[in-house]
Amino acid sequence: MPTLAPTALDAAPPRAAPRVLWLAFTLIVLSLLALAWGASVGSTGFDSLRRAFDDPAAAQIVWDIRLPRTLGAWLAGALLALAGAVAQGLFRNPLADPFLLGSASGAALAVALAYAALGVGGMVAGGGSVALLQAASPWLARLGFTGAAFLGALGGVLLALMLARGVQQTLRLLLAGVVVGFVLGAVRDLVQLAQPDVLQAMQGFTLGITGFVGWGGCAVMAAVLAPLMVLAWALARVLDALALGEATALSLGLPLGPLRALLVGVLALATGAAVAQTGLIGFVGLVAPHLARSLVRCTHGPLLLLSTLVGGLLLALADVASRLVIAPQELPVGVLTAVLGGAYLLWLMNRRAGGAR
Amino acid sequence: MRRTLRWLTVLLALFAGAAWAGHVVTDDAGQTTRFDAAPARIVSLLPSLTETVCALGACDRLVGVDRYSNWPEPVKTLPQMGGGLDPNVEAVVALRPDVVLIGTSSRASVRLRALGLKVVALEPKTRAAMRHTTTLLGELLQVGGAAELLARIDAGVQAAADRMPPAARGQRVYYEVTPAPHAAGRSTFIDELMQALGLVNIIDAELGPYPRINPELVVRLDPDLIMVSQQGAAELARRPGWAKLRALRQGRVCEFNAAERDILVRPGPRMPEAARLMADCASHSASSKKEAGGA
Repeated sequence: MPTLAPTALDAAPPRAAPRVLWLAFTLIVLSLLALAWGASVGSTGFDSLRRAFDDPAAAQIVWDIRLPRTLGAWLAGALLALAGAVAQGLFRNPLADPFLLGSASGAALAVALAYAALGVGGMVAGGGSVALLQAASPWLARLGFTGAAFLGALGGVLLALMLARGVQQTLRLLLAGVVVGFVLGAVRDLVQLAQPDVLQAMQGFTLGITGFVGWGGCAVMAAVLAPLMVLAWALARVLDALALGEATALSLGLPLGPLRALLVGVLALATGAAVAQTGLIGFVGLVAPHLARSLVRCTHGPLLLLSTLVGGLLLALADVASRLVIAPQELPVGVLTAVLGGAYLLWLMNRRAGGAR
Repeated sequence: MRRTLRWLTVLLALFAGAAWAGHVVTDDAGQTTRFDAAPARIVSLLPSLTETVCALGACDRLVGVDRYSNWPEPVKTLPQMGGGLDPNVEAVVALRPDVVLIGTSSRASVRLRALGLKVVALEPKTRAAMRHTTTLLGELLQVGGAAELLARIDAGVQAAADRMPPAARGQRVYYEVTPAPHAAGRSTFIDELMQALGLVNIIDAELGPYPRINPELVVRLDPDLIMVSQQGAAELARRPGWAKLRALRQGRVCEFNAAERDILVRPGPRMPEAARLMADCASHSASSKKEAGGA
């Protein structure tokens, strides 16, 4: 573990700052390029972009589908990467990811319940029950799944916090998160057993889909990301101190309890906002901080910023790739991130092993 | 005279137009959608809806389908929009459809509606729902013949039932939908077909439509006949205790291949074929029972 662990204080060379700025600038430029690429790739290809100004249908494809979904993928990736970087610092564990504290299983369970209650199972003889009619208005239905995922993610984390009796002990928190993950996963299995239709409908959620993100979803994610970035930046010193061990952090006079609670809040909100819009997209939150760390060795402040940018870029690129691989059909983006992220981690692992020899 | 005729035609067309104008459809999700004219460009993202549209004679109006729609033949040449649950939104919009037909369990319908498309969510799961869907689609597409199609389907199912030899009736059937195992329970379309053919589903009503059952239940109920998808059949005998099942010992297991399974699980115009597949299976099983009894 020490070989992979984020070692912050000893790792900041004096000339890190210009390099960080340079990297951040490069990542932003690349992200803008990815956004432009995203606007020109899809079922109809570049053609739509060329005709976007005189053909309303082409304009709709570019403005209302491609741009929001690419931007949405960037934002979701950024949120997950921020959550991942915070989690890895908070738990001092390089394998920590945004879904560690039960947010993923909480969100998945909530969506399964929403499906069971609102949609799939209740269909009888083409009529539709009262619950179904209530779920009818698109706004309500949208709130139904997106809201359920968000509340579920937060609920999972809160449950983990409750079981761990607060945030005082990292190991307790970690174990509680694992327990919550398994138990809520089991409850979801029960729901799916009772209503097999839910199982099929859940597939889209567990694989992660960026294709349904609209401007509304982008606005929500941006509104969550901006304040969380500021908050995380302000709390970066705590993560730096934690990297030296809890005892050291305490001896520095930091009020660890409340600060840790704030960090868990950042983790939960960022994950919940991303999961609600796109479903469970794995590996971005795990890989992005590692990638950022391999670019530059720095303290947690710049690391959080770079991780966020890397995560955004990664998922935006994965979103574009998901449209290209089996065009004109689409691959669920979660499948791609899992394959690419897994390959990267394997490479990283082998490189480290080679270096140690 | 000719002029009067022309005016009359125009008037008639206007009346017809007025009659159709503002045709409001309420779908299975409770959404109401207003149609000013019969949709000429249709995207269907559910196989049973694709089949119904084609059976109503509007196959040429389909411009895109989901990746599972594979019948009738012309459908295979249409552009595929991905799966019903994860369609490529952009590809659907690019086709500029007048209506998108989609299952009720797809999250895509919200997004498609937000993009200004007319979406009708329908997911027939029973014969009654299939009738409702067919009638609704007939009205929406403004094609006659929905009633005739339904009559033809009912007659086809009845014909299959009539072909059942008396000895084949009353068999107790276990229908396995997935090797989990999920059974086809009561109140499903498969159960309704069994009833129409005079077969008896071994699964009790209180277990719900597609219960995941304990394999022990099948051993205890010892069905006369087992219907199963092809990949599931080989492992049946390997399940603990199942080798002693009467149906397995006497070879009364019907294996349906992928194409046949498509027919059996889609409540649509191919229901007579589904009934025939089941009836053939049951009749064959009844005759093999006689042989086994004689031996």
